[in-house]
Amino acid sequence: MSTASELRVERSAGSSGSTLAQKLIARAAEKSHVKVGDVLTCQVDLAMFHDSSGPRRLKPMLADIGAEIWDRNKVVLVLDHYVPARDADSEKIIRITRDVAKEWQLPHVIDSEGICHVVLPERGHLKPGYFCVGGDSHSPTGGAFGTYMFGIGATEMLGVVATGEIWVQVPETLRMVWHGALQKGVCAKDMMLHMIGKFGMNGGNYQAVEFAGDTVRGLGMQERMTLSNMSAEMGAQVGLIAADSTTRDYLKSVGVSQAVIEQSQYFETDDNADCQRFDFEASQLSPQVAAPHSPENTKAVAEFSHIKPSVAYIGACTGAKLTDLRAAAEVLKGRKVAAGVQLLVAPASARDQAQATQEGVMQILMEAGASVLPNACGACAGYGGTFEEGATVISSTARNFQGRMGPASVQVYLASPATVAASALKGHIADVREVLA
Amino acid sequence: MTQDAMVSRKVWRVGANIDTDALAPGAYMKHGIEVIAAHCLEVHRTDFAAGVKPGDVLVAGPNFGIGSSREQAAGALKQLGIAAVIAPSYSGLFFRNAFNLGLLLLTCPEAETLQENESVQIIGTETPQVKNAQGQILMCHSVPSFLMDMVHAGGLVNVLKQRMAHKARHTD
Repeated sequence: MSTASELRVERSAGSSGSTLAQKLIARAAEKSHVKVGDVLTCQVDLAMFHDSSGPRRLKPMLADIGAEIWDRNKVVLVLDHYVPARDADSEKIIRITRDVAKEWQLPHVIDSEGICHVVLPERGHLKPGYFCVGGDSHSPTGGAFGTYMFGIGATEMLGVVATGEIWVQVPETLRMVWHGALQKGVCAKDMMLHMIGKFGMNGGNYQAVEFAGDTVRGLGMQERMTLSNMSAEMGAQVGLIAADSTTRDYLKSVGVSQAVIEQSQYFETDDNADCQRFDFEASQLSPQVAAPHSPENTKAVAEFSHIKPSVAYIGACTGAKLTDLRAAAEVLKGRKVAAGVQLLVAPASARDQAQATQEGVMQILMEAGASVLPNACGACAGYGGTFEEGATVISSTARNFQGRMGPASVQVYLASPATVAASALKGHIADVREVLA
Repeated sequence: MTQDAMVSRKVWRVGANIDTDALAPGAYMKHGIEVIAAHCLEVHRTDFAAGVKPGDVLVAGPNFGIGSSREQAAGALKQLGIAAVIAPSYSGLFFRNAFNLGLLLLTCPEAETLQENESVQIIGTETPQVKNAQGQILMCHSVPSFLMDMVHAGGLVNVLKQRMAHKARHTD
């Protein structure tokens, strides 16, 4: 646990207000007010699933129970886990997925254009106030848009696509309030690794985590998504951020109509709502690194300067969005990675990569020595194309479980894209603040 | 699933923070549940998948099932015939997945007092508890009745089948 941030806990008592989580659930359950602990049936506004959790599992089960999709307009299918196909088995899964998408006449299919959690908002599917489910554990990413979104398994997704409903138990809220400005080179990933180190992999205990304070309000949407995304690694059900003018600007930029933006519901946690509050000082946070084999093994970067990675990986929904690519390029501009380090970059979406190309960001990364990989989950999901026996990896991804990204001997250190870039440059795990100074 | 109080169940012990990659390794996710189950927990103990018998129980430390939404993590245990998992706490996502597949999870603060190979019993069908080899009852958190119903029905698919059949009868 880092000593960098000051922590203060408060619990408001005898209150009558509601949290953001309560308000979102109340809307979906068509209630005026809901209490923590209530078990309710909610109407689902949007269900997202991908090539692994989706059609290959859902089709036979839907046939088995004799049901059809409740509303295909509310379903988004993304092909990101098994693309591009590496073998005959993956090819078969992709073929089934595409065939079923045609058969079901799904209007929203995003095929090989990026990772589900990034392309979903990029195509304007997430709106503030929505109640959504995703067939993937990083579905809390949607919480960055003031949306109640959580991950479920394929059988539970069957229930959703057959009925349009799902049960939820109203969670308590852990409110993470960040104050002040982050140091140059320190970013949302460092904030999140720090919080996971403090609370542990299941410290969120399937509660709602909410990120607030002027630091969070000052972050762009993709940085906010990184916070919400790794709420999964805290064991929270959702990672919520109240939608604001930054959210509206993003929605506008991805083509959501002004009418829809205005009709969306912008909830906030009431001042007198009952929740656990934790305060953090952003200016005192140093870059963070999580050692193998758990995201909770987090310490300040200085503790790891003796580690010499053979691979530096910038990838995943957590760590290869446009903002992440820009952060890496700022570090690597006009420089080359150290001898013996392989830098791999898998941009999280085709649109982010196109924008990064236009800005010269991809050029900088490639000139520094990066190999560019497809816009897919890649090595992070561990479904193929993983690292070799004995590799030491510094990675901008979300999980470093033993055996996830390759053989059990692979050592994965998690860090921000900026720290991954700085480490690739120096040949050892390095403090990005020194590189940028 | 019906729990018979007279049945002695063998304990398999694993530690804390068992993740879904350990339960359902990514490299085998493209295969069917039989293949995934054959590699279940091999990163921690190679004797488990080959040695476990239907009706055995898996006893773990806190935070069992953290990580991915892949329900094959619960499905692999079900496939191997595990009667119940007994642990002090679970990942919330894994908890939902397990009950959706009809796998009973018992939240037992004293789970870690149980030993490898110990014979235990699961008593009570509505509010199951664990009886250890010395005959002591280890209290478990109560499971909401709609989740116990899911276990008794054999999972959400069967519950939905009943619901769809009911709906069809009433719309005909």
